[in-house]
Amino acid sequence: MLRITGGKVYDPANNIDGVVKDICIDSGKIVASVSGGRTLDAAGMVVFPGGVDIHTHVAGAALNFARALTPENQRAAAKFMHTEHTRAGVGGPTPTTFATGYLYAGMGYTTVVEAAVPVLSAKHTHEELNDTPIIDKAACLLMANNEIVMDLLEAGDAERARHVVAWLIWAAKVYGVKAVNPGGVTAWKWGKDAKQLHEPVYGYSKVTPAQIVSSLARIVDDLGLPHPLHLHCNNLGAPGNIATTLETMKVLEGNRAHMAHLQFHAYGGDDWHTMRSEAAQLAEYFNKHKNLTCDAGAVLFGNAVTITADGPWQHLLYQLTGRKWGNLDVENETGCGIVPYTYKGSNLVNAVQWAVGLELLLLIDDPWRIFLTTDHPNGACFWRYPEIIHLLMHADVRKERVKKLPAKAQSRIVLGDIDREYSLYEIAIITSAGPARALGMKQKGHLGVGADADIAIFNKNPDGEQMFRYPRYVIKAGEIVVEEGDIKNTANGQAFVVKPAFDEKIEDFLKPVFQQQYTMSFENYPVETERVHGLKLCEPESGGST
Amino acid sequence: MITVRLKKQPTVPLEAESLTPDRLVGQSNAAIRAVPIYLGKRQCRLDEFFDVDGADSDQLEIHGDTGRVKWIGREMSRGTIKIHGNAGMHLGAYMRGGRIEAAGNAGDWLGAEMTGGLIRVAGNAGGQIGAAYRGSLAGMKGGAILVNGSAGLEVGMRMKRGIIAVAGPVRDFAGLQMKGGTIILGGGAEIRTGAWMFRGTIISLAPLQLLPTFEYAAAYMPTFLQLYAKHLRTLGVSLPVDSAAGVYLRHSGDHSVPGKGEIFVWQPASRG
Repeated sequence: MLRITGGKVYDPANNIDGVVKDICIDSGKIVASVSGGRTLDAAGMVVFPGGVDIHTHVAGAALNFARALTPENQRAAAKFMHTEHTRAGVGGPTPTTFATGYLYAGMGYTTVVEAAVPVLSAKHTHEELNDTPIIDKAACLLMANNEIVMDLLEAGDAERARHVVAWLIWAAKVYGVKAVNPGGVTAWKWGKDAKQLHEPVYGYSKVTPAQIVSSLARIVDDLGLPHPLHLHCNNLGAPGNIATTLETMKVLEGNRAHMAHLQFHAYGGDDWHTMRSEAAQLAEYFNKHKNLTCDAGAVLFGNAVTITADGPWQHLLYQLTGRKWGNLDVENETGCGIVPYTYKGSNLVNAVQWAVGLELLLLIDDPWRIFLTTDHPNGACFWRYPEIIHLLMHADVRKERVKKLPAKAQSRIVLGDIDREYSLYEIAIITSAGPARALGMKQKGHLGVGADADIAIFNKNPDGEQMFRYPRYVIKAGEIVVEEGDIKNTANGQAFVVKPAFDEKIEDFLKPVFQQQYTMSFENYPVETERVHGLKLCEPESGGST
Repeated sequence: MITVRLKKQPTVPLEAESLTPDRLVGQSNAAIRAVPIYLGKRQCRLDEFFDVDGADSDQLEIHGDTGRVKWIGREMSRGTIKIHGNAGMHLGAYMRGGRIEAAGNAGDWLGAEMTGGLIRVAGNAGGQIGAAYRGSLAGMKGGAILVNGSAGLEVGMRMKRGIIAVAGPVRDFAGLQMKGGTIILGGGAEIRTGAWMFRGTIISLAPLQLLPTFEYAAAYMPTFLQLYAKHLRTLGVSLPVDSAAGVYLRHSGDHSVPGKGEIFVWQPASRG
């Protein structure tokens, strides 16, 4: 039992904006009152619900490939030494599994979503998530280039496609569905991409990226998954991709969707020399369409490693940088590309990217629909979120930074004209309450009675970066896990998994297809429930039907 | 002056990155004896393996066969290290300043990713001298590595600035992916010299077997070499720059990258 007294509580889900009140905890949950137990004096401090990262890449085959590809980052990274409570590891752009848990918890984040898991490497992903301590985890399944699903859409068999998707979600033991460059990764296997939403995917005669997007969005809604389709649009990173992004949003009308790392999809111009921000145009459309949520995918200057299933984009980025390139082919499901990258303030394109992420966070007026991410480790490392929070809270700091950008870049952005400053209440929304709601996690992102007792307590500090980088206390499932910067407890968190309804007979269809096309046997394909430590089964919402 | 003398050979290589002037200056003899070194994963005191004389100095002398002692002079920025025997791998890695002299041989990764200072090896050196560690974009970015004997593979791999001069022969891939700086090969090299070089200069005083992606440009006496030779003389390295004695054959490449590097091969004037 634990009582937190005297702290200023920011709990947007319950409309509590900086009210001094007690928070009581018993058996890992927030309760109305407790008698006895420890009392934490939080007088003068700020109490937030634990952070929720809706889109990050922290485990699995692709991340591990990135770790192997960048030993130079590991050499330069912060070291975690073996202590009474912690295992050894390194931080940096692609932290090791244990360090990932310590770094997230050390920043007051208690729930994260690994945003890209192929079924084929789901086992690997779960093994790594098992070794990622403290935080609760969920994962999204890569689906928009799954050739079994695409073949069914080509044949017009949407009903069977729904059962296959549901079966695959349960086979991989994941929480949501992710679409990455729909059709583009499949086309990449022929050396092509899918740049036009309404043209058939290379190798298919009917199915188009738009059709994949709308079909998957409908399937996710029909299955009643708590989190809508998690979408990485076509033409990521390309100048002028605003047209594709807006068109994709139109295709999604009538369905829910979460637009991932929107920053990478909000560019105007015709080429790298004329590239400009179209954040204002995108925000205007987005503000009017309440079926959508998004995360920022903000960029910060410095070293990053780009990791995405978007293979063709990664090949282009490799050609642009002349640095290292890793490429993975994941049989019939997806692909993956890895390119280490350094964002530079002196570079026109990078300067525009930096501005676009912040512009979206400031121009999208409803903080309940845009969330703080960097698409870790693509735009920046997750442990740099406090730098972004500071920029969001201080217009004058932003304007000073804008003045340091190349003049050409300044003429391509609107960031310098934006005066909006985030309040602590709004920061609590974009880092916790908002993403928890978009994920459909009712027990997360708030401090009401019955919520999971995941709490971050900060010393109040006008320097937002200092304040949010070093929480005074972090509480996870009712236990104090971080106290004044030291990890005190590393109990493993939960893994959220959804079991949508499907017809068991779908295996009769899948098995022969599978045995003909995959390199592993059908029986070895699904992840066993025992393999997922802390598995927490989440029921699909009403509306899910077979 | 601080003098350390190896008492017994370690069963596995010792990792002794604390053997640098930066770490030992201002320390009492007792404190230096207690400086940590690693035998495998086990942390030991320096005096478990070394006799230690002297205190508080940035002049370090190392006696005994330290061919199995790694990381001597790591990240040093000042003072001198005199090694009377051999030195193990990674001697002077990440060095920023000061001077290292080894009377015997040095191992692989000599002066890897160094940014300043001088390393002089009287014997032979291993491979990857002045190179980039695996994954890094750039190798040495300044300073000089002078080897009197021979050297191994990938000499100056991805180096960006600075000088490497090897009096004897080196093995394959000298100047691999070189980005800048100068490599002087007194005794020539085996194959694939300058492969994938972007920029930088390789000077060989012995004939080289060049890759087909290097293009012959001209035979002449480059003006800059005469200036450069003056600087090299202060380091004790001599380059022939008398045009009566011969010319340099300039080859540009590596065109497979494509790069703007150059390889000069000395061609003595034929007698009579």
